[in-house]
Amino acid sequence: MPARTMYEKIWDAHLVQEQPGPSLIYIDRHLIHEGTSPQAFAGLKAAGRKVRRPDLTFAVMDHSVPTKNRHLPILDQDAAGQFEALARNCRETRVRLFDLHSHNQGIVHIIGPELGITQPGQTIVCGDSHTSTHGAFGTLAFGIGTSDVEHVLATQCLQQFKSKTLLIRVNGRRGKGTTAKDVILAIIGTIGVSGGNGHVIEYAGETIGALSMEGRMTVCNMSIEGGARAGMVAPDEKTFAYLEGRPFVPRGQDFQEAVERWKTWASDPGATYDRVVELRAEAIAPQVTWGTNPGMVTEVTGKVPDPSQFADGVERRGVERALDYMGLTPGTRLMDLPLDRVFIGSCTNSRLEDLRAAARVVAGKKVAKSLKQALVVPGSMQVKAQAEKEGLEKIFLEAGFEWRDAGCSMCIGMNDDILPSGERCASTSNRNFEGRQGKGGRTHLVSPLMAAAAALEGHFVDIREWDVDGSE
Amino acid sequence: MKPFVKHTGLVAPLDRVNVDTDQMVPKQFCKLLTREGYGKFLFYDWRYQDGDVPDPEFVLNRPRYRGASILLTRANLGCGSSREHAAWAVHDYGFRAVIAPSFADIFYSNCFKNSILPVRLPDAEVEELFRRTDGNQGYRLTVDLEQQAITDEGGLKLRFEVDPARKQRLLQGLDDIGLTLLHEEKISAYEKKHNPQAGMYDASAVDVKFASGKTR
Ligand code: SF4
Repeated sequence: MPARTMYEKIWDAHLVQEQPGPSLIYIDRHLIHEGTSPQAFAGLKAAGRKVRRPDLTFAVMDHSVPTKNRHLPILDQDAAGQFEALARNCRETRVRLFDLHSHNQGIVHIIGPELGITQPGQTIVCGDSHTSTHGAFGTLAFGIGTSDVEHVLATQCLQQFKSKTLLIRVNGRRGKGTTAKDVILAIIGTIGVSGGNGHVIEYAGETIGALSMEGRMTVCNMSIEGGARAGMVAPDEKTFAYLEGRPFVPRGQDFQEAVERWKTWASDPGATYDRVVELRAEAIAPQVTWGTNPGMVTEVTGKVPDPSQFADGVERRGVERALDYMGLTPGTRLMDLPLDRVFIGSCTNSRLEDLRAAARVVAGKKVAKSLKQALVVPGSMQVKAQAEKEGLEKIFLEAGFEWRDAGCSMCIGMNDDILPSGERCASTSNRNFEGRQGKGGRTHLVSPLMAAAAALEGHFVDIREWDVDGSE
Repeated sequence: MKPFVKHTGLVAPLDRVNVDTDQMVPKQFCKLLTREGYGKFLFYDWRYQDGDVPDPEFVLNRPRYRGASILLTRANLGCGSSREHAAWAVHDYGFRAVIAPSFADIFYSNCFKNSILPVRLPDAEVEELFRRTDGNQGYRLTVDLEQQAITDEGGLKLRFEVDPARKQRLLQGLDDIGLTLLHEEKISAYEKKHNPQAGMYDASAVDVKFASGKTR
C-alpha cells in the first residue's frame, strides 16, 4: 500500500460505501447540543425514523446556558425551550445528556476530550464548526449542518466528499509569551480565512509536537477560521498520556492495546499532501486581531493597517468596512486602544492550562479601573472544579475578575453575557465577526496571557516584556 | 426537498467579501426550534437599524432590489459557523440561487440540502455580473442547472461546474437520508466488522455524572 496521510487512513477505515460524488462514511461519535439539534430530531420524528446508535451519541447544553445562578428558573424563554427540547429528545431516544446541572457539563469541544469520548482514529461530527478541535487527538472531526445532524442520527453515516490535504509544518521554538493561540492566529494570517477551503489540515513540525494537548486543541479548534473543516495532529505519547484514566478510555491491558492501535494512525513517512505551508515559530510574536475576521491579524506591536496598502479592490473595501465597524483609524498602535471588557473563555481557550496561564499573569494584581468587566468562564464544570481546587478562582476574584459556570458565554452571546454595542473587548475566543459577541461589539482575539495582561492595564501590552512563564 | 431545475429572477448584488453565517442569521435567532420563518432575520444586523427600522442604505432594502431571488456576492460566502439557519434564511427570504467566486465548505453543502443552488464563477465573471446588475435596473438572470449555464437577456452566457451527484439530487429534490438508507445492509455489515463501541469504556456506571448530577 502506498504511503498514506493520517486523513487518508481514517477516511479509508470509515468507508462504508465508496461512490461517485459523496461517499458514505461511518461516524464513530456524534456530539449534539441544544443549538443545532432540535430541528434534526423534529425531522427524524416527522419521517418516522429512529436514532440508529444512541450509544454513540452524546448530548450537552452549552451554547445558551446561563453562567451564573443556575439554581434559578431560566428567564430566557427561547433558551428554556431549547433545553426542554434537548432533554425531551434525549429522553425519548435514550441519548446520554449532560444537562445544565451535570458535574460534567461544559462546552461540547471541551468535554469530549476531557471525558475521553474523543480518541485517535475516530470520526467525530457535531453540529458546530469548531468540532475541528478534536482533531488534536489524531481524529477526523468536523462540523456539520442540521440536515447532516439528522442524517447521522438516522444512519450513523455521512455522505461526504473527500477533502484535499494541507500540511502546515511549524518548526522552531516559540518565544517567551507566544502561545498556541498566537501560532494559529499567525497561520490564519498567513493562509487567509479561505486558505484552507476544501482541505483538511495536518499540523506537524517541532513546534506542534512541543505543544501540550491543550495547545494542540487550541490550534485545531481554529482550523475552521482558516476555511478548513478539520485540522489534525498525529497522536503521540502526549496524546496517550492525556487520555489514560479518562472516563470513557479503556483501562489496563485494553488501554495498552488501544495505544498500539492509536499509534498506527499517524501519517506514513513519505505520504504526500496536496499543499504544504511552512512557518518558523521564532518569527511568531503575540498576535492581536484588528478587523472583523480572524485573518485580519497582526503582531501586538503592530498598527492598524491603511486600506490604501491593499491593492485588490474587493479586499480594500473589506478592510475599510472592518475599520469602520471596529472604530479604528489607520496607523493607530494596537497597544494604544482602550479596552472596555476582557473575556477569557470559549472552546479555544478555557481549559485548565489556559486558566493557569492567565492566573499566573494576574496573581496579586488588580484589573484596570477603566475596565467595565473582566470575565473568566471555564470551559467545563470539571475545569472549574479543578481550578477552584488549585486556588485559581481566588486569584481571579481578588484581581477583580468574575468567575462563572461553564458555557459558551460571551464567545457568542446567546445567554446574558453580551458585549454591548460600541464596546471594545479583548477575547480569547475564535471569532471577531461583526456582532459575534453582541451587535455592534468590537472583538480583538488574543491568547489568554495577552487577555489577562490587557485586563490589568486596560489596553494591550507586549507580554514578552513581562516576566511571565508563557510555557503551557 | 423541492427540486431546483431552472430559475429566472431579479439579481441583488451584495458587494462584500467573506460574508459569514453570523451575519446571515445572528445568534439571537438561532434559539428557535423550527426550520421555517428565518427570512425576516436574514442579514438582520445590516438590514435593520436600532428599533428594527429598515436601513435604507442596505442593498436588500433598496426598492430596485425588492423581490430579488438571485444573490450575487464576493468570495468565501458563508464562512464561520455551521448553522444551517443561514441556508434556511436565504431560502425563506426568497433566494433560489447564490453566485460567488467561492463558498465556505459547510455553507456550500447546506445550500444543496435546502433547494438552493450555489454557483461558483471565476472572479472576472462575477465582476462582470456586478457591473451589469449595477448598470441595469431590473437586471435578471436565468440559472439553468440542467445546462449548467447562466444567461441574461443581453446575450451573456456563462458556464458553471457542479458535482454530478449533487446536480442529480437537486434536480430531483432527493432526500439524502432516504438515499443512504438504501445502503442499510452495507451499514450493518460495516458495524459488524468494525465495532464502533470498541475502545469505549462504559463509563456510565462509575465515573460520569449525567443529567442533574445523578449517576446513571
Ligand atoms: S465556545 Fe464559542 S466557538 Fe466554541 S462552541 Fe461555543 S459558541 Fe462555538
